[in-house]
Amino acid sequence: MDQAVSREKESQAIHMLRKGLATGFPIMLGYLPIALTYGVLARQTGLSLVELTMMSGLVYAGASQFMAVNMIAVSASAMEIIIATFVLNFRHFVMSLSFMNRLRNVERKWKLPLSLGLTDESFAVSAFHPKEANQKNGAYFYLGIFVMAYFSWVSGSLLGGVLGDVIPANLSQSMGIALYAMFIGLLVPSVKKNLRVGLIAVIAMLINFACVEIGMSSGWAIVVGTILGGAAGIFLLKEEVE
Amino acid sequence: MIILTIIGMSLATMIPRIIPGFLVDKLQFRPWVNRWLNAIPYAALGALIFPGILSVIPEQPFIGIIGGLVAIVLAYFGLNVVLVVLGSILAVFLLTI
Repeated sequence: MDQAVSREKESQAIHMLRKGLATGFPIMLGYLPIALTYGVLARQTGLSLVELTMMSGLVYAGASQFMAVNMIAVSASAMEIIIATFVLNFRHFVMSLSFMNRLRNVERKWKLPLSLGLTDESFAVSAFHPKEANQKNGAYFYLGIFVMAYFSWVSGSLLGGVLGDVIPANLSQSMGIALYAMFIGLLVPSVKKNLRVGLIAVIAMLINFACVEIGMSSGWAIVVGTILGGAAGIFLLKEEVE
Repeated sequence: MIILTIIGMSLATMIPRIIPGFLVDKLQFRPWVNRWLNAIPYAALGALIFPGILSVIPEQPFIGIIGGLVAIVLAYFGLNVVLVVLGSILAVFLLTI
């Protein structure tokens, strides 16, 4: 009897994990070409396969890794690179705050691994699937998304370092649209349901754009755009919004 | 030297990611703060999409815009995100050959 119950629990967890992996699949499409490019570039800059894969595994932040590789190429100091990384990735603080607030009902043991795996993309996909946070075994759903993203990024980096330029240049350039298309694909259905959501996004876009125009670094511009755009939500959103 | 840089970068990305988990555990937010935090995903997507999308093909910003418009149309008609992504890649690819 007990065994049957635990088996059912297990299969529920596996079901949620599978669902998460499938939901995270678009992230793989977006990550692979970028990770391959990163691997190639890092290898050309002189990082060993171990170093470039380790960077993907431990830092796990695409934009920062590209920047670091460029800075290593011009022999910037470690401290400069670390500070630039912090600035560029500080937006994850804001995103993690929003995500963790959604996960209040999720068991505590899941929160550390989930927050460590937060990226722009894993956050975006998870945030647009909020209802699983309150379902049984919901943590497995998010785990699936995060594992899919992490695996794509790290293995793609290694593959890029090993294989070199395997994707034709114009195809990999075209694939640069993938993550933007995914963001749009996530946003549009919500905008169709509630136009105010679109207004929040547009406000954030304009603030971000204005900050870049006045010479702010892109890292801070995204932080300011996200925080102020989100603040518009205080007035535009009702108590509970899907 | 590179290993040290990687470890430092790792801390610089980890710390902002994990602190909110502890904050949220300790705090209960007022409703307006919850509305703010619930709006963050929409605002974040907006800020991540624009103006970054203009630099998909750095010399030709309009190609990024067209790729984005294709994504909007496909998503508007309810296509799965995977198809939206593939359609948009195809559009940009056709514009660059």
